[in-house]
Amino acid sequence: MTTREIELKALMLASLDGDAASHRALLERLSRRLRAYYKAKLARIGRDATEAEDLVQEAVLAIHIKRHTYDPAEPLTPWVHAIARYKLIDFLRRNRASISDVPIEEADTVMAQDDNVGAESTYDLKRLMQRLPEKMRCSIEAVKLDGQSIAEAADRCGISESGVKVNIHRGLKTLAVLIARETRT
Amino acid sequence: MKTDDLVAALSAHVEPVNRKLVSRTVYIALTAGTAVALGIMLVGLGVRADLMTARALLFLLLKLAFTVGIVGVASAYLMRLARPGSQARTWSISAAVPFVAIVLVSAISLGLAPSSHWNKMVMGDEWLECLLSIPIIAIVPFAVIIAAVRRTAPTNLVRTGAVAGLIAGGVSAMAYALHCTDDSFPFVAIWYGGTIVLCTLAGAALGPRLLRW
Repeated sequence: MTTREIELKALMLASLDGDAASHRALLERLSRRLRAYYKAKLARIGRDATEAEDLVQEAVLAIHIKRHTYDPAEPLTPWVHAIARYKLIDFLRRNRASISDVPIEEADTVMAQDDNVGAESTYDLKRLMQRLPEKMRCSIEAVKLDGQSIAEAADRCGISESGVKVNIHRGLKTLAVLIARETRT
Repeated sequence: MKTDDLVAALSAHVEPVNRKLVSRTVYIALTAGTAVALGIMLVGLGVRADLMTARALLFLLLKLAFTVGIVGVASAYLMRLARPGSQARTWSISAAVPFVAIVLVSAISLGLAPSSHWNKMVMGDEWLECLLSIPIIAIVPFAVIIAAVRRTAPTNLVRTGAVAGLIAGGVSAMAYALHCTDDSFPFVAIWYGGTIVLCTLAGAALGPRLLRW
C-alpha cells in the first residue's frame, strides 16, 4: 500500500466522521489527481482536454454525494477509481463516443500524477442554481456559498435546521443531475 | 465555475456519515419487498389449503430453501455491487449455485421416476399460474429494491439491475411457494427457476435506465 493511499484514506475516514478540514483536503487532493486522469484519458481518445474540468467537477460532486458507499474496510484508491471511470464512461456515452475507446487500466493511474493548474469548468454554478427549487437554492447559497451556519441558514430561508440539511443534500443531488445534463452535447 | 470553489462549497458544514447506510438501505428494501410480496400472495392467491400436512410442509421447506438461498446470496452480491470498486466477480458463480443444485436434484428425481410420470412432474397442475404469478408479484419488490440501490453508487448498471431482478424474483417465488401445490423438483426447477431467470433478465435490461447517477 502506498503512502498516498494511506494519507488519502486517513483523510477520508476523518471526513466520514464529519471533519470539514479533512474533507476539503481530500477533495482538493483528489481533484488534482482526477484532473490529470481525465486529461490523459480524453487526450488519448482525441477529445478536447478542456472538457476534463467538467468531468473533474462531476466526479468531485459524486465523491461528495456518494461518500457513504465507501467501505472503510477496503482501500480508498479502487473506490475513487471506480467512480472516476464510471463518470468518464457516462460522459462519453452522453456525448455518443464509443465506449470501447476507453482503455481499461490499472487502478493506480488515477492516483499517478498531480496536476496543479487551477481550473474552471464550462458551466456556471450560479446559473444552474437558479433552476433549483427555492428552499434548496436558499439553503445551499447560505451554507455552502456564503458560509453561514445551519442555524443562520434556517433563519434566512424560513425553514427548520433539519430542513436546511435535507435541502442541501437534495439540492446537491439535483445540481449533479443538472451539471450532467449541461455537459450533454 | 472553479473547481476550488466547488470544493470549498462542498466542505462547508460536513455532516458525519453513517457507515452502515448501504447495508441498512438494502435490508430495509428487502424486508419491505418481502412484506409486499407476502401481502399480494395472501390477498390475491391465498395460502395452500393443505399447508399443515407433512408432505406439503416438506415441499414448502424445499421451495423456501431454494428461494431463500437465491435471495441470500443475491443480497450479499448486491451490497458489493452497490459500492464502487468492490471485487465482486466470484459472486456471479455463487448466485448460480441454487439453480445448479435444483437442476441436479430434478434430474435425479426424473431419473428415479417412471417416464410416464414425467409430464405430470414437469408441468404440474398450475404451471401457467406459476409462470404469471412470480413475475407479477416481483414487480413491487423490484421497484423497492431499485429505489434502495439508487441511493448507493453502482458502477456496473447491467449487472446490478440483473441482481436486483434476481432478488425480486426470489422474494416473489418465496411468497408464491406458500400458495403453490405443485410438489415436484422438476416443476420448481423449471417454473420457479425459469421465472426467476426471466426477472433477472428484465432487471439487466432495465438496470442502465433505472440506476444511472
